[in-house]
Amino acid sequence: MSREEAGTSATLDTFDCRVAFADELARMAADDPRIVAVCNDSVGSSNLVAFRKAFPERLINVGIAEQNMVGVAAGLANGGFLPFVCAASPFLTGRALEQIKADIVYSNFPVVLCGMSPGLAYGELGPTHHSIEDLAWMRATGSLPVIVPADPEQTRAAMRWAAASGRPAFMRVGRFKVPAVTPAGQTFELGRADTLREGNDITLIAIGSLVSRALAAAALLAARGIEARVLNAASVKPLDDETILRAARETGAIVTAEEAVVRGGLGGAVAELVSQQHPVPLAIMGVPDFAPTGNTAFLLAHFGLTAEGIAGRAEALLARFRKAA
Amino acid sequence: MFMQSNSPEDAASVLTPDIEGAAGWRRRRRELALADGATQVARLATASREMRRQILYTIENAGLGHVGGDLSVTDILTTLFEAVLQLDPEQPRWPERDRFILSKGHCAAALYAALSACGFFAPARLRHFAAALSPLNGHPNREKIPGVETNTGPLGHGLPVAVGCATAAQIAGASWRTFVVLGDGELQEGSNWEAAMYAAHRGLHSLTAVVDRNRLQQGASTADTNELEPLADKWRAFGWDALTLDGHDHAALLRAFTAAPTRRPRAVIANTVKGKGISFMENGVEWHHKVPNAAQYEAALKELTP
Repeated sequence: MSREEAGTSATLDTFDCRVAFADELARMAADDPRIVAVCNDSVGSSNLVAFRKAFPERLINVGIAEQNMVGVAAGLANGGFLPFVCAASPFLTGRALEQIKADIVYSNFPVVLCGMSPGLAYGELGPTHHSIEDLAWMRATGSLPVIVPADPEQTRAAMRWAAASGRPAFMRVGRFKVPAVTPAGQTFELGRADTLREGNDITLIAIGSLVSRALAAAALLAARGIEARVLNAASVKPLDDETILRAARETGAIVTAEEAVVRGGLGGAVAELVSQQHPVPLAIMGVPDFAPTGNTAFLLAHFGLTAEGIAGRAEALLARFRKAA
Repeated sequence: MFMQSNSPEDAASVLTPDIEGAAGWRRRRRELALADGATQVARLATASREMRRQILYTIENAGLGHVGGDLSVTDILTTLFEAVLQLDPEQPRWPERDRFILSKGHCAAALYAALSACGFFAPARLRHFAAALSPLNGHPNREKIPGVETNTGPLGHGLPVAVGCATAAQIAGASWRTFVVLGDGELQEGSNWEAAMYAAHRGLHSLTAVVDRNRLQQGASTADTNELEPLADKWRAFGWDALTLDGHDHAALLRAFTAAPTRRPRAVIANTVKGKGISFMENGVEWHHKVPNAAQYEAALKELTP
């Protein structure tokens, strides 16, 4: 991957979160006999080949049947198991939305819904395979936690949190390679945003693949005399209200960035919060509508979801509202 | 029927085990197990008559409910709860319990009558069915109602969850069984057939699906809406054992539910009558969710008087 594709100004190693996910799931399963993996003909795409080899009885592959997959996971939880449902996020959240609502969230079964290859991961395959609506759908559903880890280390930490939580959770597991931004050994805490960079001129709030790009954007802005605060809001639901409202008060402007539709995801959540508690100028970056065809890096650039794109949007937001003031 | 308070605070109170009721249920179960066939059937018929009275009271009192399907499923529920399911009403989440799922969750009043007859909560609480803030929601909720295994309501959800339960027992090597009752109309939902296919693939012999085959759905007959026949052949084609019986014949139901397992999941197609037991409700499509008025209620109770 070129530096342009990575959207960063530095040369960084990048990682597929699915690799860490598969490794962590096998480690956790070795320690916890309740853990089972449930999938929809997605043993390969969810990286479960090694899990199946180690725990053949605990890999439940229902075939191409997402509604049944989620219902079966609820039943397995009823029977004392701790299911990780591993399926491509568009089909898990879209096809089985009512099962997620009624069988998992409303029934309150401890099932970890793992949306694999979310966002624009399947860029070339088109909008049927893009999962840009998943965050809005999951956010709207009961008190289901919605987690978007930024890198492999945070993916592992979120899995450990979810397994110990005793409640349902939805987490994205990214396929698009990302640089590491989470310190080794950092735990995940629901409702906590991590401040990755201090700054008082504007706040960049990002999730998933956009966190490293927001950090790179902050570096570009610093060179232009703008000190941006950068938050990783991996806990999209519940949000870290306190940290985000403090950022609103102290920096006076916010840009959100996510690999999701611009309605109902991270940007929507931040808007709901700050517009009611401490209104500040806000720009929501993401995907406006069904995306065209192209690989993930191309599509992210197409929608301005790069370091330069985020920096430019931040500058424009400040210019517009400072002029108005 | 009951004189207790019906205030919102009272309606909202948590459902707790009815210790005396549970003891009575255990005694009935012991006696039934020792009785001869004719006595068993007579006792189950008595339990069904009492359950139908509770259902009518519950719906008339609440002013809403799905009386037709409640009355068609009554004998199935009575047989399961009074003679088959291994449960502990005082420990609703006892890990070794049999799992029972009412996929046709709109017939919650029948399920609540069955659970209260076992002592999961006092029958007097049926007066709070669908009342403001009551745990006895119009559809079952496992977090609020002891004995409910999963929240149902939207159709086509029960069988996949039951398949998950039976898969859990299979992986764990546990001996508990899973029963799920499906409406016939809800078999029009494709999720059932996803689950049916997978249950046979895994050889889930501890799973029994009972179809309450009353031949009517909300607006018309199943035949006029989206034909289900040949229904037993469909289950067999999906790899299940399938048998058809009279869903109001307690002896036949008891035989079907206690027959030795094979290597396949079992479908019991129980031919029933919607509104069974009340002459003016039987086979009337309008009684899907019509509520009896005072005169109809009195007339119905008379028909249920031995």
